[in-house]
Amino acid sequence: MTIDSTTLTQAPLAGPTPEPIFHRTRILHLPRSPKIIAGLVILAVFGVVAIIGRWIAPYSPNATDEQNWVQHVLVPGTGPGTDIPANFYPLPLGPSAAHWLGTTVFAQDVWSQLLAATQATLFVGLLAAAIATVLSVLIGVTAGYLGGGADEGLSLVANVFLAIPGLPLLIVLADYVPSAGSSILLVAAIIAITTWAYSARTLRAQTLSLRNRDFVEAARVSGEGRLRIILVEVLPNLLPIVAASFLFTTLAAVGAYVAIAFLGLAGSPTSSPPGLWNWGDMLREGFANNAIRGGWWWWWAPPGLCVALLGTGLALLNFGIDEFINPRLRAAGLSRKAPGRPASSAAPSSE
Amino acid sequence: MRALLRRLGVYFLAAWVALTVSFLLPRVVPGNPVAGAVARASQSGNCNSQCVMAIEAQLGYNVHTSIWDQYLQYIGNLVHGDLGHSWSENASVGSLILQYLPWTLGLLVVATTISFIAGTTIGVLIAWRRGSWLDWVLPGATFLQAIPYFFLALVVVLIFGQTGTMLKWFPSLFGYDIYAVNPGPNVPYLTSVFSHAILPAATVILASMAGFILAMRNNMVTTMDEDFVLVAEAKGLPTRTVMWYAARNALLPVVANFTIAISLVVAGQILVEIVFNYPGIGFHLYDALGKLDYSLVQGIFVVITLVVLAANLLADVVYVLIDPRARQVA
Repeated sequence: MTIDSTTLTQAPLAGPTPEPIFHRTRILHLPRSPKIIAGLVILAVFGVVAIIGRWIAPYSPNATDEQNWVQHVLVPGTGPGTDIPANFYPLPLGPSAAHWLGTTVFAQDVWSQLLAATQATLFVGLLAAAIATVLSVLIGVTAGYLGGGADEGLSLVANVFLAIPGLPLLIVLADYVPSAGSSILLVAAIIAITTWAYSARTLRAQTLSLRNRDFVEAARVSGEGRLRIILVEVLPNLLPIVAASFLFTTLAAVGAYVAIAFLGLAGSPTSSPPGLWNWGDMLREGFANNAIRGGWWWWWAPPGLCVALLGTGLALLNFGIDEFINPRLRAAGLSRKAPGRPASSAAPSSE
Repeated sequence: MRALLRRLGVYFLAAWVALTVSFLLPRVVPGNPVAGAVARASQSGNCNSQCVMAIEAQLGYNVHTSIWDQYLQYIGNLVHGDLGHSWSENASVGSLILQYLPWTLGLLVVATTISFIAGTTIGVLIAWRRGSWLDWVLPGATFLQAIPYFFLALVVVLIFGQTGTMLKWFPSLFGYDIYAVNPGPNVPYLTSVFSHAILPAATVILASMAGFILAMRNNMVTTMDEDFVLVAEAKGLPTRTVMWYAARNALLPVVANFTIAISLVVAGQILVEIVFNYPGIGFHLYDALGKLDYSLVQGIFVVITLVVLAANLLADVVYVLIDPRARQVA
């Protein structure tokens, strides 16, 4: 290919710059981008919280704070001085030293719920993305490499899944599959079914372009098996795209999980059999119990912001990888708009 | 034409898969809706065998015929527009959906159009003025894109909605003022409908625009490196003309990827409608889920799928119209 030939012709000219160093700088280029660093930091924070959340949570997410429950507002016309026994209108407590993010109307600690929810949300998102990525690699690479009838068939399946709107299908599946809410694996599998198609299409297109490259042809001519060519020659060259689509799918999976949990289909801790705390369920409880009208922002805002932050982290990392795959997207890559740039520094980035 | 027919084939297949999934799920998955309905009926009295048979008839299945016969009957009913009977509303699912659909379609078409035009324009501008302060739109758009639609809706209600606690500028419940105006072609009703649509539409626009901005920006940046842009610039064409040339070409992949975009917007709008109690398909889907009204859930699923497929087909036709290469192949 053209890239190989330029490296060959340039190598003697570069002289003191042997290839290994060039490789190292190229690999180091990835984490230096501010987007990637920001994305990695955000993901790392969520990852740590998800792992240690269980131990740093001050309360059990289900525990009712008995002491503060009695402080709730007396419903007018009940209690002392009336015939009706005292009836308390539940009112959540605002953020305080005892409850960093306040409480729900059930006097449960929101911070503890958030910690527990982070774990389940991340786990389901990653699990679903892993299943979807395996599916998309299997189908996309197979279709792209084999071509012909197999390609037609598999592409058709992917296109059909792409055309069917994801969330409605997810809702119907989650609605019918019994105990989908209480089984993390089931929820993840259902989400994976509705999110794999886009990555499969991208991978197929890339495999198609790889299939006829010289190094693959060479491997084929030298008599390597089909499986070995796919695993050793094609797949490593697809890795950045697989990584990018894994991040993209995680983003979609978390969004889907939160959405069906908001609809009450992913199982809530209060249902039977009980599900796990997750961000979508926290939002659902807040919404269902008038947290907006009451102005109890501490209840519903944190889980929503967590979704947005996690999504931003994943998207930033994804953009970083995109820029790695497509150098034109890099801010430094556009020499035309910055005429003062010396040509030599533009050369490696346009490579 | 051939490429279009091919796409049409994919959409027909997708519609068929959706219909079949919707048919098979209640029959394959244990704990079918009949059992649920019987349990519900038993709460308000004893549900004897006649009651069970009535429920079966109402839900559109009779377990005594073969699954193949049921399937043929199901498809036949669908062809006649019969989507079954909704027990919670006690009306035919088809007539209910016809009632809900205008709300959803109106909001969807207006919001998506505004979002698409504004988003692609902003994307072009950001790409063109790369390195300027406009680049700061990108992280903002990334954050906005990651926010779930319904969470954005909650924030919008809190800040601008009359059921919120801050500015209380716009109504944020229902599709019109159900207490003050009478539905019909009168001015108070139409103004009410308009003012009630402002916040839901704003939410959908704000949430979906970020995706268009980012996609358009990336395509534009890639397109601007193409030789034809350089030639246009070298010929001394006005900047605006060069930008238009590049933008027209950068738009093609965005239109080609409209399938994914429209799926996301529809999914988002379903949830936005729930937050605003907007009387469209999404809100009633939520309602039907809560009431375990399976025939309504299924009917809405089928109709949403058909709407999305129609939107896809429209995007394909537009693509053929704007891309001469696709016209040649087609």
